[in-house]
Amino acid sequence: MAQGERGRAASPIRVALRRRARWLHGDTALAVLVLLPSIIAVAIFIYGFIVWTGYISTVKWNSSIEDYTSVGLENWRTLFGMERFRWDLRNLVLYAAAFMSQCIIFGFLIAVLLNQKIKGEAIFRTIVIFPFAVSGVVTGVAWRWLMQPTTGINLILQRIGFTNFDFQWNADPTLGILAISLAAGWQFTGYIMALYLAGLRGISDEVREAALVDGASTYRLYRHIIIPLLMPVTFTAVVLTGMGSIRVFDLVMILAGPAFSTDTLAFHMYQATFGQYRWSLGAALGFLMIFLSLFLVVPYMRSMRGEVER
Amino acid sequence: MSLQRLWSRGAIYLVLIAFCLFYLMPFYVMFITGLKPYEDLNVTRMWELPDGIHLDGIKEAWERVAPNFKNTLVITIPAALISSLIGSMNGYIFAKWRFRGSDTIFILFLVGMFLPYQGILIPLVRTLQVFGLYGSQVGLIMVHCIFGIAITALLFRGYYAGIPNELLDAGKIDGCGFFGLYRYVLLPISMPAFAVVLLWQFTSIWNDYLIGLTVLSSPRLAPINVAVQNIAGSWSVEWNVQMSAALIAALPTIVVYLALGKLFMQGLLAGSLKG
Repeated sequence: MAQGERGRAASPIRVALRRRARWLHGDTALAVLVLLPSIIAVAIFIYGFIVWTGYISTVKWNSSIEDYTSVGLENWRTLFGMERFRWDLRNLVLYAAAFMSQCIIFGFLIAVLLNQKIKGEAIFRTIVIFPFAVSGVVTGVAWRWLMQPTTGINLILQRIGFTNFDFQWNADPTLGILAISLAAGWQFTGYIMALYLAGLRGISDEVREAALVDGASTYRLYRHIIIPLLMPVTFTAVVLTGMGSIRVFDLVMILAGPAFSTDTLAFHMYQATFGQYRWSLGAALGFLMIFLSLFLVVPYMRSMRGEVER
Repeated sequence: MSLQRLWSRGAIYLVLIAFCLFYLMPFYVMFITGLKPYEDLNVTRMWELPDGIHLDGIKEAWERVAPNFKNTLVITIPAALISSLIGSMNGYIFAKWRFRGSDTIFILFLVGMFLPYQGILIPLVRTLQVFGLYGSQVGLIMVHCIFGIAITALLFRGYYAGIPNELLDAGKIDGCGFFGLYRYVLLPISMPAFAVVLLWQFTSIWNDYLIGLTVLSSPRLAPINVAVQNIAGSWSVEWNVQMSAALIAALPTIVVYLALGKLFMQGLLAGSLKG
């Protein structure tokens, strides 16, 4: 091996490269220099601003006049004592549970079905991912019409026999948040499906055949082989949908129900800050959202590290 | 084909068709409602096709959102182009000029990309105000470029990592330096990556609502999604106008998705790091 290295080093090309190496060092410096503006931008606009947000949450800036007088944890105490904040947390749990399961169960199911050598697979796939191409605002506007209690989905359900069905959807005073998660799931399931489909395509036919030769039923094949093999995809799906649950905003803006029934951290943050000029309270909410996200981002990055440092 | 197999195949197709109906339903409703005149907006006939093609709703909606549609183009196109160029340079460095700490920097970029903007918005607004960029399209373009640094670097890095080092070594022997390698070796073969990244950035900037709302909400200058939400939020019952406005806002990304679906999928999978 060492001899091989020496042998290669002696070749004229290697010598030329070695000679260039010192000059290339200057090129590495150039690379750092070119990257520097981006590093500075991210350092200031993301990390610096997060720290700044944290700082604002400890000062007295709760009117339109900027005020950096320290008040310690008073804003946080105010926040944790708010009834509205308890609704935010309750809605986060309900929304996350419904949104994540809708995306993951439907996404997986559709991917499995599409993987059965389906005629017209491309058309089915295009339709399922279609909603992901439109914005949250467009999604919200369409679903607001569909969720009108006197028409839309209720009308269809009444026509096909559920004559007493009159769920108020997003206007429901207790479960409105689930209506919003339904619209969100409609939009995001295609993405999760695409991830699962790519994952399924990555499992070699030999694995399936070996299992079937061993006499495994389809159920056992999925239960004991395919689903465990797809765990990394499921992990990604949990992180992505979890992140989406923490930050849901556009849809709430459009589909907001009565009082705090559909309130979320992001919506509360927006209204506190830009509606009521309670900047420090808004900063506490924003900072809390960052903090919650870290529980998903950090493990995700850990799992990605191998891939990143290849 | 055995009978049992026929049954199970049939069931698979039925379930898939049912799912497709679910995913198409809002588009169908948007479309038919947008084509109805105001008088025909009857809650009991919501699902029925219009009795003809009526363009009043679309005309009215276009009159109201046309300026915002143009604003969004003015914001989205430069922002997508600039952030793709920055991303291509950064991806090149992260893939081919790794230095001590470059992987850590890359991971910190990615972490930043995931964090919700709500934890950044207040200082962002204040900073833009100080520099006189608050409420301006230039300011919004700049913000989109900064928030796009991570995802564009990620997509380009993945693409460049797949290009063999031997190709760069050959360029080095020909006397190319840092910029020469990029300009003469990588850039000419980067078009597939540029297509994916441009498409991804175009779609996400076009569909943005939160940043536009907080940084550029004046009705004349605001991006289209803010304008559509303003129409929908005014408690008007002109559902045909609302649906038409939503369709107009969705049209560019729908066209791009249908025309370039394959690239869209590539971005989707490569960027599975992004939410």
